[in-house]
This record gives sequence, C-alpha cells and structure tokens, in this order.
Amino acid sequence: MASNNGDVKLIGAWASPYVMRPRIALNVKSVEYEFLQEQFGSKSELLLKSNPVHKKIPVLLHNGKPICESSIIVEYIDEVWSSGPSILPSDPYDRAVARFWAAYLDEKWFPNVRAAPMAATEEAKNAAVEQLKEGLALLEGAYGEISKGEDFFGGEKIGFLDIAFGSMLGWLRAVQVILGGVKLLDEEKTPDLCKWAGKFSADPAVKDVLPETEKLLEFSKILMAKMKPASSS
Amino acid sequence: MGEVEEVKLLMTGLSPFAGRIIWALKLKGVEFESVEEDLTNKSDLLLQSNPVRQKIPVLIHNGKPVSESLVIMEYIDEVWNQTCPLLPADPHQRALTRFWAKFVDEKAFASMWSALQMRGKEGGEAALEEAHENLRILEKELEGKQFFGGESIGLVDVTFGSFAKLLDVLDEVMGSDKKMIDEDKFPLMGKWKEQLSELAVVKSCLPPVDKLAAAVQARRNESAAA
Repeated sequence: MASNNGDVKLIGAWASPYVMRPRIALNVKSVEYEFLQEQFGSKSELLLKSNPVHKKIPVLLHNGKPICESSIIVEYIDEVWSSGPSILPSDPYDRAVARFWAAYLDEKWFPNVRAAPMAATEEAKNAAVEQLKEGLALLEGAYGEISKGEDFFGGEKIGFLDIAFGSMLGWLRAVQVILGGVKLLDEEKTPDLCKWAGKFSADPAVKDVLPETEKLLEFSKILMAKMKPASSS
Repeated sequence: MGEVEEVKLLMTGLSPFAGRIIWALKLKGVEFESVEEDLTNKSDLLLQSNPVRQKIPVLIHNGKPVSESLVIMEYIDEVWNQTCPLLPADPHQRALTRFWAKFVDEKAFASMWSALQMRGKEGGEAALEEAHENLRILEKELEGKQFFGGESIGLVDVTFGSFAKLLDVLDEVMGSDKKMIDEDKFPLMGKWKEQLSELAVVKSCLPPVDKLAAAVQARRNESAAA
C-alpha cells in the first residue's frame, strides 16, 4: 500500500508548527512517511542540501525531490494525493479566501505569538497581546462566514485553513500560560474558535501531531535559555 | 453563459503589486476596470473589500473581493484557465513555481526595496550586498531558460517582472549610475528583461514615468526640507 505513494520523507522537528502542517496533511491523505527530525541547534547535511536557499524546515522529500515552505508543501500533498480527502476547497473563490487567511496568519498574526513572551518591555508585550486578540476576533468572524455552520473552516472535515491555523494552537496555548494565564482564546470573546480548537485538536489526523502544552512549555524553557544572553552581573 | 463578468482592480499606478495583477489579467485577455486609490484617503470600497489588511491590490470579481497579490494571481489562473497558464500542470513544478514567487516577494523584493531606500546612507552597502545575493540566486534560476516559467512567461515572471520594470524606470528617474538589476553583474536577468519588453502585454503596461519622476522629486523635496 505504502509503495504506491513512492518514497516520502519529511525533514522537520516535533515542536515546529510549520512542520505540523504537512504532517497533518499527510495524515489526512493516509500517506505513510519517514519523519527525519533535526537536532535542535544544528542543521543536517540533508536539510542544507534540500533547502539551500532558506535552510529551513519543513522540507518534504518525495522520491528524492525536495519541496519547501509549509503551505506550498500542503498544496503539493493535496495535488499529488488527489484521490484522498480534499484539503483545499474546490471553488476558486473559497480557495482564495483560505489562502488569504493563511497568509495573514503567517505574516501578521503568528509573529506576535513568538514576540509576546520574548518582549523586552511590558509595553511591547501588551502591544503583541493586543495584536493577537484583534487577530483572533477577526478569525472568529471569518470562521462564522467560512464554516457556514459546519465544524471546520473546511466544512465537515478539516481543510487548508484549519491546518494553517490549527497547527499554531499548541504554541498559542503554551504562550497563554507563559504570559501568566492571559486569555487569548476566550470562551466569551471567541466562543466559536474555542469549540473549533477542541474539535480540531481531537481530529484523528491531528491528535498525534499537535504537542501537549506541557511538552511545549518544557521546550520553551530550553529555547528561551538559548536566546537570553548570559547575564553579566 | 450570458453572464456579464465584472472585474475591477483597486490599485495605484506606482504599485508593483498592482502591476503584476494588471499583467496577469492582460495576459489572460480579461477585460477589467482599474480603480485608482489614494492611499492617504482610502475609499469605502477598499475598506469594505479588504477590511483586514486595507491594502491594494484588490480584485473584485462579480462583486466578490480577493486580496493579496499572490493569492489574486492564483485565483486569476484558476478562473481564466483557458489561456496562458501562469502555473504549470505538474505538481512538483507548481510547488517550485510557488516557492520562487514567494522568494521574489519575501526576499528579493524586500531586500531590493531596502537597498534602494538606503542608497547613500549608513548600512546602504550591506543592504545592497543582500539585494545582490538574492539577485544571484534568481540569476541561477534562469540558467537554461528564457523565462522563469521556461519557454513561456509564468507566475514568477509576472511576480518579478512588473517590479523589475519599475526598478529600471526608477533607476533612470533617480539618475542612478548603477542599476539595481545590473546587466553586467546579472547577464541572464538582462536578457530576461529584454525578452519581457518584447511581449505585447508588457509594452502595453509601461510604468508611469511621469508619476514616478514626480514621486521621486517629492521625496527629495521632503528630505531637503526636513
């Protein structure tokens, strides 16, 4: 069964939300793959050879050919394994809407998830948190319009935008804890997204990929230790 | 069948992002109406059509708005799919095309724009070196090809082409002694630009030299006054 799909490898790391995207997509299509995890703090020869331009994960290797950039990989997976459940919607306008929001998440929203806990000043932290809350309010609205009463942005099953956004849930939850219990996903302000988040996390294609908040919190301590310059005093 | 297609493009004359949409629509032979925006006084239509980012270009197709230039180009390719495909058919080639289009936007454009703005200022040399590094990468992509899309113009050509043309005109208007996309340093890119200039669609989309000259002069006046 697996041999029909060719040789499928994914270079990545368990904690990276960008890596989670193609993993979820491959699960949706029931494609078995070899997960080649990078060592934290170094880049393998294979990674440098497969993505010489950006030297970043994830990289999908399909029959030896590399495909880079998480959203591009997900679209590739959808196109190659076209007999499996669809990831992108079929209507061009719906596809454009999904791609628009994925771009928004990557360019405007997710950078604040990373910025908030690392902020140098209280002011900078609050600004990042405000941006995150504003973004979530927009996404709550978008969910209402796009899901049309179904469970997911993709309708009855998870789709491109669910994967693009949902892959960030692990870190979103971790950051809420790191920031001392700040409510970003809020049952009062973003009730639909809270329900969606629960359903997404429980989806069979997702549940073994999205890391537990505890694991991410442990990992974030290692990350932050690496980023903080050694104190001189 | 008898449905009237209404295609509007919210744009500005100087934006290379809007420029690429115009190229794409013209390549596909789509009739459209350009609506020029004053970004210091955004129209209700723009704010309603792209409330999230409030940016141009926005394509409005039969009343439905599409935003983000790369997203718009894929939409155009999917809807008007009978002529001049911007993306190839093979999934791996499609992935590569998308990769390079993203590279043009996130790395090449950003670094060239920075380099331009920092010309003659502190850090200008470093910014230029970064821009050149990205141009070297793109130069390599052109090896053995007429266009980034191969034998015919594709998504990457359109994504980069409109910007490249604008850069050339900017260099001229600013009286730069060295072009950003210097044909001596980047000969393949020089040939590519020539090839692009031969295309009917590019000929009909000449960058607004007068507007550009006026904008550059205005900037100079501002810096002089400050």
